[in-house]
Amino acid sequence: MANETTDSKPSEIETVKSRLVELLPGVGLEWSEFRGQTRVVFASGELLRCLNAFKAAGFDQLTDLTAVDLLEYGNVDDRFEVVYCLLNVDSGLRLIAKMHLNEPDLTIPSATSVWFGADWLEREVYDMYGIVFAGHPNFKRLLLPDDFQSFPLRKDYPVKGRGERHNFPIVTRAES
Amino acid sequence: MATQINKQLGDNIFLTTLDAAASWGRANSLWPMPFATACCGIELMSTAASKHDLSRFGSEVMRFSPRQCDLMIVAGRVVMKMLPVLQRIWLQMPEPKWCISMGACACTGGVFDTYAVVQGIDRFMPVDVYVPGCPPRPEQLIRSILDLQDKIKSGGTVNAREFKLRILPEGPSRFDEDELIRIRERNGFKLDDQKYDPVH
Ligand code: SF4
Repeated sequence: MANETTDSKPSEIETVKSRLVELLPGVGLEWSEFRGQTRVVFASGELLRCLNAFKAAGFDQLTDLTAVDLLEYGNVDDRFEVVYCLLNVDSGLRLIAKMHLNEPDLTIPSATSVWFGADWLEREVYDMYGIVFAGHPNFKRLLLPDDFQSFPLRKDYPVKGRGERHNFPIVTRAES
Repeated sequence: MATQINKQLGDNIFLTTLDAAASWGRANSLWPMPFATACCGIELMSTAASKHDLSRFGSEVMRFSPRQCDLMIVAGRVVMKMLPVLQRIWLQMPEPKWCISMGACACTGGVFDTYAVVQGIDRFMPVDVYVPGCPPRPEQLIRSILDLQDKIKSGGTVNAREFKLRILPEGPSRFDEDELIRIRERNGFKLDDQKYDPVH
């Protein structure tokens, strides 16, 4: 299996690359390769157009959607990176599409109109990073309580929290 | 006095106090509520299963309705979203009731010193017996139930008067020392500073 794919994939990814350049005229796509994984960084202004083009190029499944907080991460200028992991179910080809995002405007269009599976993934990204997805059908926190105030996977949030885990009434033995 | 009367009465009639009789009955028929939120729950199941067989000690009737239980076994880490649920279930259990905090996580938060995990359920609700370990062996849990039985037999009362006195929180202080450390660090103190004592 592994041998099969190494032979066929480079050519396949080249056709996908040229297809995407065709579909997205004038959009800057930065391609890179790491340990056999293909990544592409695209401009944040063109999000929905790019995602639709990826889908048209055969990536019909969104396997994961996540984000990275790049605060204090070496010499990068951008704060957040939103990562779309895509899969072409027929050929098994994978693509990692990334987009950079900066404060204060952390609102991007939702990918649910392209892949409906983005629903919970986007809610989780909002939960942990505070990135808002406009146009999401049911936008609220997924894992943390609704009244939670912070976004805990941001690097400026202390790992022990801001006292949320201590903020409960005490039930004493006499009153219970 | 009681023993002399007992001697005269022979083996047919026993004299005891109502408290002792009630406590004897309660201690030997504890009905646990398995509040198993994580890996410790597997050991709890193993304790109840045939190899370790908790029913030998009269507490095999696991009930998933808090209204039928009198022993809460918290097995596993409790996160900040789960703690109100835990407290609510505890309040729904009828008196008299007891609580066993099983495992490092339920007792102290264990290795999960993060924003979400409550650092010991005893900060927010009463606990009678702590079981250390990650996870505790089934033998340890059985030992804790035996200890709890001793506790009930030695101090229990028929109308649960002994609980009425426990009006103060019994766990560690709710005040978060870590928060204090963070505030001080923000103001320029360093932890490796010799003169710096983070707690006081
Ligand atoms: S004490 Fe260990 S076994 Fe028990 S819940 Fe915590 S991590 Fe799991």
